[in-house]
Amino acid sequence: MLRITVDPEKCCGAGTCVLIAPEVFDQTDDEGLAFVVCGEPGPEQADSVYEAALACPRGAITVTEQD
Amino acid sequence: MTKDAVSLEFPLTARTCPFDPPGRYAELRATAPVSRVALPSGQTAWLLTRHADVRAVLDDPRFSSDMSRPGFPHLYPKPVEPVLKGTFIRMDGEEHAHYRRMLTGLFSVKRIEAMRPFVEQVVEDCLDRMAAHGAPADIVRELAYPVPSRVICGLLGVPHEDHATFGGYLNTLFDGSSDQEQFAAAKAGLSTYLDALISEKEKAPEDDLISVLVEQQYKPGRLSRQELVTISWMLLAAGHETTAHMIGLGALTLMENPDQLAEATRGPAAMADAVEELLRHQTVMQLGMTRVAVADAEIGGTLIRAGEGVIALLSLANRDPDVFPDPDTVDVTRGARHHVAFGFGPHQCLGHSLARLELAVVFDRLFRRFPGIRPTVPVADIRFRYDAIVYGVAELPVEW
Repeated sequence: MLRITVDPEKCCGAGTCVLIAPEVFDQTDDEGLAFVVCGEPGPEQADSVYEAALACPRGAITVTEQD
Repeated sequence: MTKDAVSLEFPLTARTCPFDPPGRYAELRATAPVSRVALPSGQTAWLLTRHADVRAVLDDPRFSSDMSRPGFPHLYPKPVEPVLKGTFIRMDGEEHAHYRRMLTGLFSVKRIEAMRPFVEQVVEDCLDRMAAHGAPADIVRELAYPVPSRVICGLLGVPHEDHATFGGYLNTLFDGSSDQEQFAAAKAGLSTYLDALISEKEKAPEDDLISVLVEQQYKPGRLSRQELVTISWMLLAAGHETTAHMIGLGALTLMENPDQLAEATRGPAAMADAVEELLRHQTVMQLGMTRVAVADAEIGGTLIRAGEGVIALLSLANRDPDVFPDPDTVDVTRGARHHVAFGFGPHQCLGHSLARLELAVVFDRLFRRFPGIRPTVPVADIRFRYDAIVYGVAELPVEW
């Protein structure tokens, strides 16, 4: 299972993660900061979650695999 | 060659293939990915060509975007002006974040997605005019320029009928050959125009982004008048040229690669992937980004000292074979979104979602409306913008 966190100190509100994995990430209305809406997504979303982490312009997303 | 010897003169403009960056850059990436280059201004700078190094510098607080700092790499010699308040693209750290935070929510993915019907309408209007004009038509003139212009005007609440006024100023700002006086006059003209527009929004706010900034930031005193004017003209300018040339080059790339076009037009998900691949392959920001080190920093094994300039070459990072296998091939099914076409780090393009939306709608509608569309001339006869700040096609005559 994947565990996902967004570092709010690093997030710059670009929304790249929301574009790539809209089922997993969303943005606040005021400053567009990213948050996780689905903290433990299934394996079918793994590729897009890793791509979102890789594409984040601040490297604010951490993905860890848990049993 | 000593480590600090100049490897080449930047920028290179001669391309062997108009769809690939100048070949010498790729040789440099293979042999000396962090190397000294000489600029026309007489300065030298470090040229970065690897994806990892480009991303490292653009997200490192030891590298500044402030053009007024000593050592900042300028392409051409020009007097250095202090950075005007509100010019957040030229600010760093908390100062930059202060302005950027006022805007990120207004450019969120959901807000931009809500503009889809408007973008579709703009594109359909342009295609109607192109059809009425009849073949041959110039895609740059009929589609690439008007779509981003109308869309950013709609978002900001700038009446597009005023294009005759502000369009000339924008052209001067984007024309690399404008001298300092012309540049200053264009900035002043644009500021005067937007200042008057802001006065109207103050009296009668509407549903647009400038009105929102007037209500949320200017009236409560969080933004001064000058800051609001500056932010408005930056947004207006930024929404124009880059997307326009990505439309022209992207359309040409798809027309020249029919198998890729067929794949791209299979559906919305395929088109979204195709847009990412076109952005990666045809990175129009061919000269940037530029930064100056404010502290010593080791990048890609090379020590860059405080006060030295850096050019992070986005177009080369996006062709890095260590990150994108077979990087020179257009493969719209690649599915890679960690390219740096919009930059990287806290300064990454604020309007990237809007640009992505515009590109997807334009390519979808263009090839649906004119399935047999093709250039009227061979690629060898198409005029490319080799010397421009933003690469692209100057004209793209098509028939259908």
